Order: sequence, then structure tokens, then C-alpha cells
Amino acid sequence: MIEIKILEENDYQLIQVRGDVDASSSIELDNALKKASESAHKILVDLEGLQYISSAGLGVFISYLEDLKAKNIKMVLFGMQPKVLEVFQILGLQKLITIADNKDESLSLLNE
Amino acid sequence: MLSDKLKIRLSFFLGLLSWLLFLFFDLYLLFIETYHLKVNLSAALPQIFLTLFIISCFFYFRFQISKADSVNFMDLLWRVFITGLITTIGSLAIRLFFSIFSNSNITQNPMTINFFYHILIGLVVVFMVSTFVVWKRLILYQKSKNLIQLWSFFEYFLLGSLVFDLFGNKMMSVNFNVALVFLSGFSLILSFNLKWIAYLNFKQKWKSILFILLSGVYVYHFLLTLDNFSSTGLLSLDLLNRVFVVSLFIFIIFYSVVTILVTLFNLPTSSVFEKKLQEAMDFQKLSHTNRGGTTIKETAELLLESSMSAVFADAAWLQIKDEKPLLIAHGMNELTVQDIEEKIRVEYTRDVVKYRAPEEINTSKVISTVNHPDFKSVMVLPIFVKGTQIGVLALLQEVGDAFNREMVDIIVTFVNQASISIENTKLINEAIENERYKEQLSIAKNVQKSLLPTVLKSNDCFEIMAYSVAADEVGGDYYDIIESEKGIFSLIIADVSGKGTSAAFNMAQMKGIFHSLAIQKEGVRAFITKANKALSECLEKSSFITASLFKINTQDKTICHTRAGHCPAIFHSAKENKTSYLESEGLGLGILRNSEFNQYVEEKTITYEAGDLLLLYTDGIIEAKNPEGKQYGAKGLEISLLRHIDKSLSKIKDGLIDDLQTFLDGEKLDDDYTLTVVKFHK
Repeated sequence: MIEIKILEENDYQLIQVRGDVDASSSIELDNALKKASESAHKILVDLEGLQYISSAGLGVFISYLEDLKAKNIKMVLFGMQPKVLEVFQILGLQKLITIADNKDESLSLLNE
Repeated sequence: MLSDKLKIRLSFFLGLLSWLLFLFFDLYLLFIETYHLKVNLSAALPQIFLTLFIISCFFYFRFQISKADSVNFMDLLWRVFITGLITTIGSLAIRLFFSIFSNSNITQNPMTINFFYHILIGLVVVFMVSTFVVWKRLILYQKSKNLIQLWSFFEYFLLGSLVFDLFGNKMMSVNFNVALVFLSGFSLILSFNLKWIAYLNFKQKWKSILFILLSGVYVYHFLLTLDNFSSTGLLSLDLLNRVFVVSLFIFIIFYSVVTILVTLFNLPTSSVFEKKLQEAMDFQKLSHTNRGGTTIKETAELLLESSMSAVFADAAWLQIKDEKPLLIAHGMNELTVQDIEEKIRVEYTRDVVKYRAPEEINTSKVISTVNHPDFKSVMVLPIFVKGTQIGVLALLQEVGDAFNREMVDIIVTFVNQASISIENTKLINEAIENERYKEQLSIAKNVQKSLLPTVLKSNDCFEIMAYSVAADEVGGDYYDIIESEKGIFSLIIADVSGKGTSAAFNMAQMKGIFHSLAIQKEGVRAFITKANKALSECLEKSSFITASLFKINTQDKTICHTRAGHCPAIFHSAKENKTSYLESEGLGLGILRNSEFNQYVEEKTITYEAGDLLLLYTDGIIEAKNPEGKQYGAKGLEISLLRHIDKSLSKIKDGLIDDLQTFLDGEKLDDDYTLTVVKFHK
């Protein structure tokens, strides 16, 4: 099960992801990121409600890295639960994606 | 036994011979009589040969007509017509001869008269017997046991009449009349067996009436000619004095008259019969589609056409809302379909076109009137497959109240048949699709299996064992070991993102890269950067591979390792009885597809001692969840390892798997998982 919301806030778009991201639900995550990257210059991804992310879900984030860089779009992920964060870290993604603890921190990172 | 062909020939020659002998002896007797010659010749001889001729004729036609196996009524009647035509032309020729020489002595000569009369006898017998055999065939169509018995009696009596005729009874004598009345009664009873007429269509009925009427003309003509000869009083043998011949005439005439009358009366109803027959055939065609091999569209078209012709609809449409939506309209266009859908008046029929029909078809409510300039009546039926309405069949008529309950019943049967057929087609298609998918998976699975090493290389310094299970039939976990140089081993464990066929193919690429790079003398860091470069070219954008690479140097007792986004391996030191994670910086392969990747690769070297153990695993194990949703975690694996650490390597491996299974408590893993354990001996 996955639940994704896109909210327009100030000068950024907030994507809220809840539930599990597996091979089939990763398509929805992909759509959300695609939509956000087309309109916004700053993207905030709220992963507080994310319980599990599979390699397919990670692949979605990875596939946008170059794209966002080329378009000069800033993206910050925040609120990950420890076990989710561990998955990101094992893969080394914390070196490529800005990851913050909470929304405030991520907003300040976004506006750097 | 004699072949049919031989029987026909034999009876033909026998008939011809009998007739010639009959002709010869009869004329010879006449000759003797005229000139009062004293020759002792029995007067019965011509009689016997005539009887023989008749019997041969009967057999000839019986063999010939029953040879045509399938009963084609029109062919049979055509045969009667043609035989009659030929024989009549023959008799006309005789009449012509007599009218040309009417003033000559020749035509007054008994010899001449009898000679021609004998030819006429031959012609009449041929026509009568052939017609008799055909009538027999028609009467016995769809025969019952009683009918066969009755017919056999009739034939025996006819045979009896042949014998009776040998005694030379004159026409109108008492015996003659009794026999005649008896046989005529029989003929009349038999004449009412006319089942075959029902199977003729309208056109064929008209044709048969025509053929039989013309045959009647032949009969009349023969009778007239025979009577003409008879009236000369010069005949040595008069055919009209024979009960057999006269009863045959009566039988043929009776049956012809009854046939013509019954056919005439059947003419108005033949269209109904034809329609019923058509319905039955359509139904059969629809049932035939059940056996598969037909597409849903073909079935739909067949249903539409059959239904239209069954109720004389002016227009119709059939819609199927399926994976492949379908709308077939006959006699109308799609716009009219929409128009009429909106104008249907009865609530039930409106529900049907909106795909809201209850599963139980309400046959009393499927007919509706419609307020449309072109059409006034409509019949709408839902098409159900497995309890869901998948389609609509609508039939239209230009006049109001054109459909009745009987028509509805027919269409309901058609629709039910078609539903079964569509359902079967769908089931077959699903089965084929499923089969194809399974086949692909099994191919991929075989590929994947063949990629994993069957034998793991080692030397006497260490022992290695691996265990791998693929979830979802095809996995993306890979492990391998090769001896790069003497005493130096390259060991890899990798996990390809995603599952299924594409993961297996990416794994194949990983194997290729490992085998080509691991034999080079470079370090693990160079390996990982080169592998990333190679994979960057071929992996899809969202795919990546995590891997850990180890170079085990059994001479120096060192392990040089690097990690590309893979879960850190667990190392157990025997001396300290302590486990540690072989952590290092690193990014998954294919995540960063340029030289920036290289800055994240870190290479570390540790030393090992005898008794130490190295445990490699994939995230399938640490992410494994028990029924309560708790993850096994690296911790769970670590605890399990410590529990079995003193055992032999194979026992350790089994213990690790058993502990994981106990934790899972029957829960199925939805990811592949792989374990590789290395135990150092010296």
C-alpha cells in the first residue's frame, strides 16, 4: 500500500509518501517525482510515513538524480525512520541526496 | 459377394436377354399360329420371360438407385423425370410410325403390331419399375419397423400378382378385380408416407410438383398408347390384362397425386420450417464456437447475424465491453446506436444498455418500444460472462410490437450459447497467456541458475559454502569466486535491483564483468570503478547493482575488500570470539554513472587467522519479516552466527538457515536471499 500526496507550499513542492514502496507502487512514486520535477525548482519529500522501500523504490530516486542536477532542481528528503535511513545509507545514497531529520532542517537546507 | 457394379451389369443383361427372348418366343408363337405350323412350343414361355424381364428391371433399378447413398430427393425425382422422358420419346416414335403408315398394310399386320407393342412393353416396364423404386425410396424415408413390414408385404403381393398374371386372367374378371382392389388399397395406405416433403425448401417443393406432374403426363400417355394397342384386338399379350402392371400404374398414380396435394398444402408453411431449420443450424454453429479456436469477435458476429435472421430484425447492434471493446452494428451506424440507447423506454432495457442488468434475465421485459424515426421496436439482451455483464445485444424493427415472447426465447438461447463460447475463448486465451508467462519465467530461472557457480573454488587454506533462494521464481542475487592468481581468490556477492527476468539478465552482465575483471591483477577498488563504468552503459536508468568484492590472499592471510552499496559483510574473529562489520564507503553500481563515482569507492584490508569466518549475505535476509512485521536485521543474523560459530562450516550454514526459518514462522520471503560463508583454516 502506498499513499502519495503532492502539496504546493510557498516556493517548493512537498511530496508526502506513506506506506510501502515496492516494485509495483514505485510507479506512483515515479509519477509524483516526474510531475514535481516538471513544475518546481525545489522539492521536499516527506518520508515520515514510509515503512519500507524496496530496491525498485530506491531506483526511482536514483533515476532522477541526474535529471534534477541538470535542471538545477534542489531536492531534500526528510523524516526517514531509522531502518529506512539505513537502507539509503548502505547503498551510499546519503552522499548523493540531501537527507534531513525534519522539515525545518530540510527547509533551511533547501534555501541554502 | 458380387460387387455393386457387377450386379447392375448382370441385371441389365439379364433384363435385356429376357426381353429379347420374350420378343422372340411371342412372335414365334404368333408366327406358328398364323401359319398353323405344327411346332410344339409351350405358350407359357413368353409369359415366363416377360416376368423375368420385369424382375430383372426391378433389380437393376434397385441396385442403381440405392447406389447413390445419400438421399437427395431432387435427384431421385429428376431420375424419374428423365427415365420417363426417354421412354416416352421411344413410345412417341412408335406412334409416329403408325400414324405415318396408317394407310399401309404394314400397320394392320399382327406381326408388326405385336413387334412394336413389345417394344412399348419394354419402355413401359422400364419407366414403371424405375418410378416404383424411387417411390419406394421416398416412402421408406425415416422408416419405422411397421412401415418396413407393410412395404415388404406390398412387395410380396406384387410378386404374387406377377405369378397370378401367368394364368392369363382377363381384365375385369372377378379374380382380376379382387386382386386389383386389394393391391390398390395397399397402395393407398402406403401413399401417405411423405415425411421427405417436409425437408424440401420452398423452391424444391415447386420443382418436385413440376417433376411429378410431368411424370403424370408420361403415365397418361403410356396408358393411352397401351389402350390404343389393346383396342386393335390383335395383341398376343395385353399388358392391361395383367394385375401387376395395372396395380403398378395405380400405385404410381396414387402416390403422385397424394404427393402433389401434400406438397401444395405444405407450400405456405415451408418458410416456417426453413426458418426453424436455419435457427437450428445457427444454434449448432454457435455451439461449435464453444470448442475454441474462434475469436470473441467471430462469435459476436455469428450471434448478431443469427439473431437478426431469427427475428427478422431490420437492424441490430452488439457491443462488448472487454479488454478489447467491440461494437458491431448492422443496418445502422454508431450514432444511431447512441441515439436509441437514450430513447429506450422500459426501465429494464435501459439498465441493460447501461450495463446494470441483474444477472437473471427478465424475458418479459427485454422488449421495448422506442421513439425513433427509423425504428419502433427494440429487443435488448445482456450478455453475461461469469456473472458480469460484458455486452449488449440489441435488435431493432421498423414497425411497432414486432417482437414476441417466442422470439425472445430463441434469442436468449442464442445469447446463452454465445456467452459460453466467449467465456471459453477467454479462458483459453488466459491459459495461453499464463503458459507463455510461465515459460518465460522458467527460461529466466534456468538462465539465473546456470549463472551461479556449481562448484566454489578454494584451496586448503579456507573452505567456502553458499546458499541461495530466489523469490518470485527468478532472482537477482549473485555470488562467485575465482582464483585470480595462485593463492589469490576474488570473491563477489551482488544483488541486482528489481526481480524477475530483467534482474536475471542484469545478473548475467554482472557475471560477465566479474569474470573479465577479476582475473586482472588490479586491486578491488579498480575493479569496482571499472565495473561501474561498464554497467553504466547497459543498465536501465532505475536499475542498479549492489556488490561487495573481496580479494583473499591466502599467502599473506589478508582480505582486501570494498563495498558498492552492498550490506556490509560480517567478520568473526576466532581469537576474540567477536564479530565486526566490514564497513567501507561506497555507492551502488550504476547509481552514479560518471567518474565522480570513483571518489566514493573505498578499499580496506584486514588480516585473518585460522578459525576466522567471513559471512556474506544479501538484503533479503536482513529485510525478512516475521508474521508480526518485525525485520530479522543484520543483528538477527549476527546472533544466529554466534550461536553456531563452533560448529563445522556446513553445520553453521544449516544453522543460519534454520534460525531464519524459525524467525519467519511460515511467512514467505518476498525477496531473494543469499548466504556465503568462508571459514579460514590456515
